[in-house]
Amino acid sequence: MSDLSRVDKIVADYKEQKTPLIYILKDVQAEYGHLNDEVLTNVAKATNIPLSEVYGVATFYSLFTTEQKGKHIVRCCNNAPCHVKKSKDVLNKIKEYLGIEVGETTPDNVFTLEFTSCLGLCAVAPVMMIDDEVYGNLTPEKAVAILKDYKLKGVSNA
Amino acid sequence: MKNLADLRKIKEKAKMEMASREKNVKYRVVVAMGTCGIAAGARNVMSALVDEIGTRSLKNTVITQTGCLGYCDQEPLVQVFEQGRPCITYGKVTPEVARKIVADHIVGNKVLSDYVFKQN
Amino acid sequence: MHRLHVLVAMDSHTIAQGARSVRDTLVKELALAELTDEVKVVETGSLGIYNKGVVLVIFPDNVYYANVTVLDVTEIISEHFKKGRVVDRLIYKQAPADQDIKVDELDPRFGKQQRVVLKNAGVIDPESIEEYIAHDGYEALGKALTEQKPDQVLAIVKDSGIQGRGGAFFPTGVKWGFTAKTQSDVKYIICNADEGEPGTFKDRLILEGDPHAIIEGMALSGYAVGASRGFIYIRGEYKMSIARMQRAIEQAREHGLLGNNIFDSDFDFDIEIREGAGAYVCGEETALIESIEGKRGEPRDKPPFPGVVGLWGKPTVVNNVETLANLPQILLNGAGWYKKLGIPDNPGTKVFTMVGNINNPGLIEVPMGITLREIIYDIGQGIPDGKGFLFAQLGGTTGGILTAKHLDLPLSVSSLREIGAGMGSGALLVVDDSQCVVDMVKNFVEFFNHESCGKCTLCREGTGRLLEILEKLSAGKGSVKDLSLIKELSETMMRGAFCGLGQAAPIPILGCLRYFEQEFIRHAKDKVCRAGVCHLETAAEIKAA
Repeated sequence: MSDLSRVDKIVADYKEQKTPLIYILKDVQAEYGHLNDEVLTNVAKATNIPLSEVYGVATFYSLFTTEQKGKHIVRCCNNAPCHVKKSKDVLNKIKEYLGIEVGETTPDNVFTLEFTSCLGLCAVAPVMMIDDEVYGNLTPEKAVAILKDYKLKGVSNA
Repeated sequence: MKNLADLRKIKEKAKMEMASREKNVKYRVVVAMGTCGIAAGARNVMSALVDEIGTRSLKNTVITQTGCLGYCDQEPLVQVFEQGRPCITYGKVTPEVARKIVADHIVGNKVLSDYVFKQN
Repeated sequence: MHRLHVLVAMDSHTIAQGARSVRDTLVKELALAELTDEVKVVETGSLGIYNKGVVLVIFPDNVYYANVTVLDVTEIISEHFKKGRVVDRLIYKQAPADQDIKVDELDPRFGKQQRVVLKNAGVIDPESIEEYIAHDGYEALGKALTEQKPDQVLAIVKDSGIQGRGGAFFPTGVKWGFTAKTQSDVKYIICNADEGEPGTFKDRLILEGDPHAIIEGMALSGYAVGASRGFIYIRGEYKMSIARMQRAIEQAREHGLLGNNIFDSDFDFDIEIREGAGAYVCGEETALIESIEGKRGEPRDKPPFPGVVGLWGKPTVVNNVETLANLPQILLNGAGWYKKLGIPDNPGTKVFTMVGNINNPGLIEVPMGITLREIIYDIGQGIPDGKGFLFAQLGGTTGGILTAKHLDLPLSVSSLREIGAGMGSGALLVVDDSQCVVDMVKNFVEFFNHESCGKCTLCREGTGRLLEILEKLSAGKGSVKDLSLIKELSETMMRGAFCGLGQAAPIPILGCLRYFEQEFIRHAKDKVCRAGVCHLETAAEIKAA
């Protein structure tokens, strides 16, 4: 990891806020892509919070990651309401198309596949979230078409 | 905001503005833009509507958004309000249908019966 | 092109009163009159006109006919469609062409709904504070701050009997009472918008559709208990809710509805948003407080309760979005009005989300006391593809299991408690008979195992072991002994887990075991999955051997 000075700047941005660790980690992750040991050590130093606590928080929440992920994060829902609408079929097709399992990243570093917990879009189940965008009424074919779009132009809203 | 009278002034003004805004407006097109609507493609529907109304420079039509109506399985939902007429709600609207709504319903004054929101 | 459109309102009410046969007769007689090319019959959702029988709207004439029967069809066709003469005796209303019809009257709504907390959602532009104000917004706050004392506001809320809509149904007024009487220099109001219970999206709809109602509710709550700062904790995945809420807060500040001396009353109140970072357990109020404090969202010991020792050790009221959004209405219309909605034990309305194998999934607001049959078969229009009803789960994934024999039970907190279930978040998952019970339970446990925060052993290890057993059963490698193991583990978790997650997780597991024990036994003993969902790999091997 090269330049860690931006950690200090982010921490300084939050000096007015009481207990801002989660916000700092969000911004730092947005800046560096992930929260590895080196980054977390610097956050701990800059905030004066013990590294153990910083590490504890960074590994507790599912939106934080300590590993480098792909350019796009595909989050599939398989909670009960999606499950009864055959979300497993969608997930299996995505796994097959991307050639990876849940938790893995494609070799070209474009996609990381994960689970999401319920997004509250159950009336258009099954659903998935790619980065900040949500997609509903999925079929295995539709899901693959959306991923193809991302591959081609990087953005889509089906 | 100092007192209730201030609030009521805003209320009256808002009501009047909403009324006058619609004085020269014949059609109000409302797109349900909740996350469910967007997951089903409401953004593309919205841009198709804006584009189509812009291209045809329809001065008598406004587009607004609202939240989820609770009929998420029918999203994207588009409602067309016309003064003195029943509100028509269209369900499962695609960008193509959205353009048709402008062409047939707003310009041509015909309901697109195939796309009228239905309960199963 | 058709010159006339006849809209036939098709909702549970009109169908029950013969809308389908009126439609069929219309189509038939139009064909006989050779008008099929000129007049088109269109089915539409509810037109919001109730107890008026079958309702037709003729477009573009803008004529509403009510109480229409099959016997009226010939007259409508010959008089109205052929001669252009409106049939007066059937007229419900005919708006003059230059008069705007009120949106509320025409909005398609399901017949059995009664929208109180959702009255603005889907009606106003959520990004406009003016539209909220035009719909009586901030009136309750203005009245409270200028005409009522904090204890009067508290008394009205207590008297209304409103109970927490997060799922615990604890009386909101009583909760506030603890904080109101605790002396402290600083107190906080927290709005719990960490909606994450699978199948639930009522709060999202309010956050996205009517954000100012939440702000007004929080300010009212702050005034009643003496708090001047509020936090809205919204889960990080709810991007649009966060954006809409942020905008609403800024607008309220610009209008002096948040900030200092609101309504010139010496009452200061401001709100900040805190985003979650992805943790189901943070919906538990003490875990949520830990998370706002920037820590791992693990639950705290109770007591002391947050009402007395909460955020940064200060007295804190934590209320759910739906609870808060009800408050302006209660203050405006009075406690008596609110009590008349619903049933004596549970006043008010409840927002349910209908999901799963149901024809009309979505969200409804209905009075308490409604039956499951009304929700599933009337409002939800039944189960798709002619499949049968297997079970419903009410209240999210930690919710209780309801079977066919519970269809006519009036839903209230106490009636549900008697059968070991609960109202919870109001999520109603309908499961059809093509699903496998063992597979469903495995899915529930996968969720719990994923979401367990790991703080207490019973929940962390319990959900893990349960998942192993269920995977075994579902793969055809289980035995009947496993069933008693599931029971024992579940009962132990229920008694000993640290927080609501671990205590509630066994509810659906034990419910399914109780009502569908045979199905578990068939998986364990006969290696047979009725629904053909589980891959009982060993079954074939056993047969071969």
